[in-house]
Amino acid sequence: MGNISLISGAIAAVTLASMPALGATLDDVKERGSLKCGVDGGLPGFSAPNDAGEMTGIDADVCYALAAAIFGDKSKVTFTNLTAKERFTALSSGEVDVLSRNTTHTLTRDVTLGINFTYYNYIDGQGFLVKKEIGVSSATELGGATVCVQAGTTTELNLADYFRTNGMEFTPVTYDTSVQTREGFDGGSCDVLTSDKSQLAAIRSELGDPDGAVILPETISKEPLGPAVRQGDDQWANVVRWTLFALINGDELGVTSENADELKSGSDNPNIKRLLGAEDTMGEHLGLSNDWALNAIKAVGNYDEMYTRNITPLGLEREGSVNALWSKGGVLYAPPVR
Amino acid sequence: MSSKTSIPFYRNPAVRGLAAQLTALILVVWALYTIFQNTVTNLRERGIQTGFDFLDQVAPFAVGFSPFIEFKLGESTYWTVFLIGLQNTIIVSVLGIIGATAVGFLVGVMRLSPNYLLSRFALIYIEIFRNIPLLLQIMFWYFAVFLPLFPSPRQSFGLADGVFLNNRGLYLPKPIMGDGIGIWALGLAIVIGIIAYVMFVRWAKKKQYDTGQRPPGRVYGLLTLAGLVAFVFLVFDSPLTFQIPELGRFNLTGGAHFPLPLFALWFALTTYTGAFIAEEVRGGIKSVSHGQTEASESLGLPRPKMLQLVIIPQALRVIIPPTINQYLNLTKNSSLATAIAYEELVALWAGTALNQTGQALVIMAITFAVYIGLSLTTSIILNWYNKRVQMVER
Repeated sequence: MGNISLISGAIAAVTLASMPALGATLDDVKERGSLKCGVDGGLPGFSAPNDAGEMTGIDADVCYALAAAIFGDKSKVTFTNLTAKERFTALSSGEVDVLSRNTTHTLTRDVTLGINFTYYNYIDGQGFLVKKEIGVSSATELGGATVCVQAGTTTELNLADYFRTNGMEFTPVTYDTSVQTREGFDGGSCDVLTSDKSQLAAIRSELGDPDGAVILPETISKEPLGPAVRQGDDQWANVVRWTLFALINGDELGVTSENADELKSGSDNPNIKRLLGAEDTMGEHLGLSNDWALNAIKAVGNYDEMYTRNITPLGLEREGSVNALWSKGGVLYAPPVR
Repeated sequence: MSSKTSIPFYRNPAVRGLAAQLTALILVVWALYTIFQNTVTNLRERGIQTGFDFLDQVAPFAVGFSPFIEFKLGESTYWTVFLIGLQNTIIVSVLGIIGATAVGFLVGVMRLSPNYLLSRFALIYIEIFRNIPLLLQIMFWYFAVFLPLFPSPRQSFGLADGVFLNNRGLYLPKPIMGDGIGIWALGLAIVIGIIAYVMFVRWAKKKQYDTGQRPPGRVYGLLTLAGLVAFVFLVFDSPLTFQIPELGRFNLTGGAHFPLPLFALWFALTTYTGAFIAEEVRGGIKSVSHGQTEASESLGLPRPKMLQLVIIPQALRVIIPPTINQYLNLTKNSSLATAIAYEELVALWAGTALNQTGQALVIMAITFAVYIGLSLTTSIILNWYNKRVQMVER
């Protein structure tokens, strides 16, 4: 909402002006006894409350895993819902410890905003959702269209680039939140809605008439989404990055939330033993307990369990997609824990 | 008694006053300096790049609505984006002020009408619109009323020749100026026509003073203006042509386009602020002594004439000062437009541009400065007008 984003912008400006010097985030989090996590909060599959009011989704799971790795208790996390426009100032001003909000890693964001990206928990690409009655079957036929888009996203920039490189005209209709964008499209304020493809499926399912809209085949951009942290705190960045790596390594090594305890004592595989803290002191190097990865995997499962629980219901299969493991034709590749 | 006892300097009220003010000044300057230093240090520590350099960079996103400033994707800079945001804020504020003033006067006068239905209607209107949060009203009009009510571009309402209304907005024929001598002739005809109009009105007034009969000076003036313009169109080869909007694959293309969010925002600001102004108009009229009404009634003035010539001029001095506040509120309230995708200053500049560049400090500072500037300008203009309508006491 307008006034809220104005206020949050103003607060960000004032907080930047009055914040004391940076502290060690890990120590702050431990002292506070809970992790502050910034999410979208309205995006099924990534972060949205379930019937019981608990935050669920693959972005929320990253934060649950972090809380479990730090405290051994996944419930010690406080979620803050952020719009696309608010997210970076919320992170850099210290309102949240980690930003896990389907955020694309780009050079500008990495270099000029005072934030660092860790790794990716979902690799996406931008697409188009179109009203069926218009009779368009390819994005190259969209010249002259009115396009609904969410403000302050890379989507907005890719849209401009795509139409410009293809020599097509378009009129943007820019909304503040993804819910408003959907309502605007549903109400007919535009012909086309553009967003990351993972979101288009969810948005389409929530339209008044889902069958009246189709997702076009083109993918027009690379959108590696992942958690980001404040720049200048390497210890904290390592904790976030390696917790995510632990979940992916768990997937690769076949460690699941069910068999993790069993494998810790029973496995002969040194990689599994190191990951789960039965051998060596990987957790201590990170400033955590040696159970960090065990707790994280027990809390949310390995990456494949997270994906199957959150993303598969959107109709997006992992097998054969870029989000599969490197060993199965995808690009997810976690360095070894050793 | 010796007169040698002098007052010590610290008991001198002038010195003490000066010292107190100096201390306050030093404290304020120190506080500002600390904030500034802190900001600079924090920004450096966090690796946030700041400055005004980004204003010259090409804006990598598109802008939908900009009637007077041309935006070219891939060429226009962030500075242009700022100007467009400012332009769109001014457009909706000016339209809103005009609309709210008209609605406010009409409803305020209706509220005091002896006609029971009219005054009840005005009362209900005021109480409803004044007491519901504006953001809710804006979203209601846009998402719940206008968007579903208006048809898609293929089924546009044709209001008149070349005028279309649909859920993308209002489309009008766009005047295209010819490049020959005709356009100059047209301009000249309009200027002469307006001068003629003013002269006719003055002449009519003078005639009324002299003879008691008022000739229809306005009608003569308008006829002269229309005649001159028609003459130019007949004599010269198309000094002005109109581009008619046409249905393309997705939208109406060509013509002048006023997007639906602008319309919805204007409507909401007008009805909301109009309710407040109506109450101020009522208060102003009430403040005029009842003797004035009785006197004009005994002169036999009909009610509209009485309001126009006797009551309103005296009421204005009470109405204007609070109405200035309403105008300022309206301008600031226009920033609620982000909810419905109208690209004004806060949505486009303090929203999209801020997020794409990350320059929170610079952009927010500029935005604050603009709103202060707009408010001060509005106040100055209206204060000047207020001085003119104040009653000269003798």
